[in-house]
Amino acid sequence: MVSIIVFAILLTFTFSFFGWNILKVRSNILMGKSIDRSDRKPERIKTMLLVAFGQKKMFQNLLPAILHFFIYAAFVITSTELLEIIIDGLTGNHRFFANTLGSFYVLVVSTIEVLSVLAFVATIIFLARRNLLKLPRFHMDEMTGWPKLDGNIILYLEILLIFCIFTMNGTDEVMLRESWSHAHLDDSWINALLGDGVKSYGFAVSSHLGPLVFGGLDQSTLEILERVGWWGHLLMVFGFLNYLPYSKHFHILLAFPNTYYSNLNDKGQLTNLSNVKSEVENMFDPNFDPYAAPPEGEAISEPERFGAKDVQDLTWKNLMEAYTCTECGRCSSACPANQTGKKLSPRKIMMDTRDRMVEVGDNRRKHGKDYDDGKSLLGDYISEEELWACTSCNACVQECPVNIDPLSIIIDLRRYLVMEESKVPSELAGMLTNIENNGAPWQFSPSDRLNWANED
Amino acid sequence: MIEKIKIPTVAELVANNESPDILFWVGCSGSFDDRAKKITKAIVKILNHCNIKFAVLGTEESCTGDPAKRAGNEFAFMMQAIQNIQLLNGYEIKKIVTGCPHCFNTLKNEYPELGGNFDVVHHTQLINKLIRDGKIKMKDGGTFKGKKITFHDPCYLGRANDVYEAPRNVLEKLDSELAEMKRSKSNGLCCGAGGAQMFKEAEKGNKEINIERTEDALELKPDLIATGCPFCNTMMTDGVKHFEKESEVKVLDVAELIANAADL
Repeated sequence: MVSIIVFAILLTFTFSFFGWNILKVRSNILMGKSIDRSDRKPERIKTMLLVAFGQKKMFQNLLPAILHFFIYAAFVITSTELLEIIIDGLTGNHRFFANTLGSFYVLVVSTIEVLSVLAFVATIIFLARRNLLKLPRFHMDEMTGWPKLDGNIILYLEILLIFCIFTMNGTDEVMLRESWSHAHLDDSWINALLGDGVKSYGFAVSSHLGPLVFGGLDQSTLEILERVGWWGHLLMVFGFLNYLPYSKHFHILLAFPNTYYSNLNDKGQLTNLSNVKSEVENMFDPNFDPYAAPPEGEAISEPERFGAKDVQDLTWKNLMEAYTCTECGRCSSACPANQTGKKLSPRKIMMDTRDRMVEVGDNRRKHGKDYDDGKSLLGDYISEEELWACTSCNACVQECPVNIDPLSIIIDLRRYLVMEESKVPSELAGMLTNIENNGAPWQFSPSDRLNWANED
Repeated sequence: MIEKIKIPTVAELVANNESPDILFWVGCSGSFDDRAKKITKAIVKILNHCNIKFAVLGTEESCTGDPAKRAGNEFAFMMQAIQNIQLLNGYEIKKIVTGCPHCFNTLKNEYPELGGNFDVVHHTQLINKLIRDGKIKMKDGGTFKGKKITFHDPCYLGRANDVYEAPRNVLEKLDSELAEMKRSKSNGLCCGAGGAQMFKEAEKGNKEINIERTEDALELKPDLIATGCPFCNTMMTDGVKHFEKESEVKVLDVAELIANAADL
């Protein structure tokens, strides 16, 4: 009874805290400006299934893709086990679904076990790759401190979780054989599956591994170990759930909405700023009166900023992407500027956006909506030098396994710099003046445009 | 003496109550840059050879606004775009071929929302179609027979618009060996000129991007580096010069290769 109460409290706390965090994430994302991504639904679903569920873009690099898939599949399938854990925890049952599902139960748990072994191998390789192989993208400037720790914590947790699963199943197997188990299995389906008189769960890994490791232990030790495995497993899953919103691992949830709301246009297409468009159209309109009173009924709104200075000037999609980024760094290793030693790292753009978003969100909740901490994404997080190193080549966008678009943030920050602050590298200022004066980025007269036709 | 090439302007055609089937959008590089002018002429030769009723805007053409937009100056972009769209719509232009992937991208993707709806193709796409339709035949013997050619994907043609095959299909007709760089198609490395970088010094780093990219190309020991963009052409040409390989490795546009191979 005590354990049921403890479990119920834990469960309530876990999901309340998770819910509270999700609401916070949601409100942070919604600080962003609106952008319409409600169109082309079938195409969006297809993109989500291919890119998030099917991990299409991961498979451009086969080995990491397979290893990642093991962990992903193990995670997804193990999550289904959560249902049984909750039922068992709240009712005091042991392996509630065993008799209901019969041999299918053995299949599900066996799948979990096989995938857990594969995930274990993948995790060890990932840890080695991250810490021993020194893969360059895991050791760029932005990958020190918390991001580095975050990357390792999750891998250690994964290993611990797998240990708990096998301790739980392995000891239970031994206890079942010794008739000490709390599970009340119908012999009928077990015998039908495994043969008459056999006492075993028949799980793919633990029914062999369990007796090897735990065989010969006394009943009370086994019972304690089994509970340690069960509670450990559970605590790990509950803890992981609440660790997610603070971690780069949030991608396991957000990859789905993030790919659903992908930019489906050609990657070369930048947005047209509607506020600039209307101002320029007014300039060309001979009937436009700049001093005219606004039409009746139209609220006088504060003029919108050109481009982005801070996270609120970005779109909600940019902000969702910042939460989705798992800091794998494929963008930065494909970035031509980054590869040639420039300061720009598209991954850092996303990490900065997330850090700043969380900061602004916390400030708003603490001090009210209009609080100004005197900081901004541009300047305090992202420098002009980083922005001006970008060639807008879209390699980062192409590479991202979850369709994040760092380029749109870079362009919006450039827009603010140029249009609001007139901060533009001097050679570019010359180029822009030329375009405005003579319709070409170089200082050539428009009347010379066809000269090439008469030259040899 | 080179025979004088025929280059009608839209204004001339319209004055004669005619209109072009396709507008050749030359672009600023193609109009003013000495190297790129050669690409422009190659495109014109191809259009003339195939008896395509085309025209250029001539002195009425103006920058699409691409470098301004990418440099963050949406005002300068919008000024250019709105004026260009007025001009093009005034001439009732329906179809456009560009000599530059940046113009191509802006006209094709960024103008429609502003009222400029045109069927825009890049010159490699048009040439590909002309060859497929049998309108261009390579001369016997093959100017580039047995040569090793590698194609550098312009970002604004490739990743930006997913055009990877058209230039390659064209190059395959040259009867030469088409070799891919280790980074090609969607993984292609930028030449370093996009996003208005063409008009400024690179930010501080340890290497120029065009050097990094030229190394990719030179690794293959090619005879020719083919491009489809005047900016890429400049960057790759400079890269080849940096390695003092200009006598062994030529940098040519797909249009120049075809005009040459078809003896136009």
